[in-house]
Amino acid sequence: MTAASSAPRKRVDMRTLLVYVALTVGVIITLFPFIWMVLTSLKGFQELFNLNFLPSQPTLDNYRQVLTETRFLQWFGNSLLVAGVTTVSVLFFDSLVGYTLAKFDFPGKNIVFVLILSTLMIPTEMLVIPWFVGVSDLGLTKSVPGAYFSIMFPGLISAFGVFLMRQFFDTLPNDLLEAARIDGMHEFGIFWRIAMPLVRPALASLAIFTFLGNWNAFLWPLIVIQQPQFRTLPIGTALFNGEAGTQWGLIMAASSLAVIPVLIVFAIFQRQIIEGVVLTGMKG
Amino acid sequence: MDTTSKLAGGRASARPPRRRNTVKYRQTVTAYTFLLVPLLFFLLVRFIPTFMALRLSLFDWNILREQQPFVGLENYTTLVADEKFLQSLKNTALYTVIGVPLQIILGLGLALMLGRVRAFRGFYRALYFAPYVTPIVAAAWVWQWVFSPQFGPVNTVLDWLHLPPQSFLTSPDQALATTAGLVVWQNLGFQVVLFLAGLAAIPRSYYEAAEIDGATGSQAFWRITLPLLNPTIVFSVVTGTIAYLQLFTQVVNLNFTDQGGPLGSTLTVAVYIYQLAFGRFQMGYASAVTVVLFVIILIITLLQLRFLTRRYDT
Repeated sequence: MTAASSAPRKRVDMRTLLVYVALTVGVIITLFPFIWMVLTSLKGFQELFNLNFLPSQPTLDNYRQVLTETRFLQWFGNSLLVAGVTTVSVLFFDSLVGYTLAKFDFPGKNIVFVLILSTLMIPTEMLVIPWFVGVSDLGLTKSVPGAYFSIMFPGLISAFGVFLMRQFFDTLPNDLLEAARIDGMHEFGIFWRIAMPLVRPALASLAIFTFLGNWNAFLWPLIVIQQPQFRTLPIGTALFNGEAGTQWGLIMAASSLAVIPVLIVFAIFQRQIIEGVVLTGMKG
Repeated sequence: MDTTSKLAGGRASARPPRRRNTVKYRQTVTAYTFLLVPLLFFLLVRFIPTFMALRLSLFDWNILREQQPFVGLENYTTLVADEKFLQSLKNTALYTVIGVPLQIILGLGLALMLGRVRAFRGFYRALYFAPYVTPIVAAAWVWQWVFSPQFGPVNTVLDWLHLPPQSFLTSPDQALATTAGLVVWQNLGFQVVLFLAGLAAIPRSYYEAAEIDGATGSQAFWRITLPLLNPTIVFSVVTGTIAYLQLFTQVVNLNFTDQGGPLGSTLTVAVYIYQLAFGRFQMGYASAVTVVLFVIILIITLLQLRFLTRRYDT
């Protein structure tokens, strides 16, 4: 891709310029809701419903109210805990299963693989009713470890991640593992200390997508969380916004607080996230 | 471990025919040890609940009651005449046929444009991707505010252009399209990145050969780009369809006080299931709806994989 490969002609330049204009207009439309959200959150109550673009007297009052009068920080902490534990579990178990399916030869291997993959087609809506009945029967939703466990148990292993990791372990040379085996290394040690470090890029993208998915999870947490102190960020925000009614300044401040940390994390890990999409698309 | 492997080796050299069996046996034991917990997980959290849902769908099952009478296929016969269910089914189909093609066309279009530019490509790509990482709940509320009939900037812009203001989410005719717009807006960045990768995988030499043969730009697009993007398009259609058929979070948060929108115009099958099971606690009937949704997803996915996948000899 050298600059010389497309000889710069006047016509081409004009078209490139048009492409830039189109892309920029697209970006402005895409980002507009974010900009409007932040601007609204900085407006005081009196000018909330004026449609002036910039707040005339910017105030952080909405943020102060959300942070002091709601359990925002608790929701944030709950989400961090739930998404964090789930991600660690998925990374470990999905790698273990992916590795086993890629590198071992055993009867029933294909059946196991197809069974795991087939779960991708089961809609979550179908599972939540039995999950809810089970969790209620066990009385898990009231105690501290039980409530957190019941929020996160459905996501502790992901079939999609198994598929992704299997594809990656498949590309590792067998000689390497065989050499460790001849050296007398334990099978788990071979997996953990030889194979795992070699698939780090795949682990990074799996981690980011698992975290994002659980950070955003809505249907199951909405059903299973029964006490306010266990609410995750999406549930807390949605219920608070529902109760705030027409207090759009507060709603936009709460939304900004939910969005901004994620955008900062995205800015930092942008390259890995985008590579992750590419990997899943290519491998899928 | 050292001693066992030596022992195994020793036995193997003494009786060569059994050696392969021993290695294979050890591999099988290790494999199933590694798989034990995950297999239990899939059994307990995926397969048994699936069968439980099938079973529940045959009962008039209500979690608040003591008695759960068996009703056979009655839930399914009720379903066929349930107008709200049929409406949710129609809406879900509409979301899918609007959303999936739209996000593919826009995503591919933007990816093709991004492919033409060199400077700031990564910058643009990141900005288009931002809505995808945004928490869905927050995005839905922002969308509601932007499209607010009285206070939203979209109607202000329409006013500047001397167009009549629209009621968007509060109108039964426009609520579904406005909701689909949110989903497309959120998914667009993902599609752009996906198609950029798909385009990058097409060898440049094909285009050079086509240019030598005198092919026009549009010929190159229809004969080279589109066929070679087939795997990416299939991936996008299949995963997109499964996601749209289960649409829930956006719909619920866009009309939080009136879930399902004005006159049920945004109601999806997933939202209806939620209302039945956790609003009215009709869990048997709700399970019957989930079984129907499952069958629909299964059939559509298999049909898409069967008819969309093409193999091109290159």
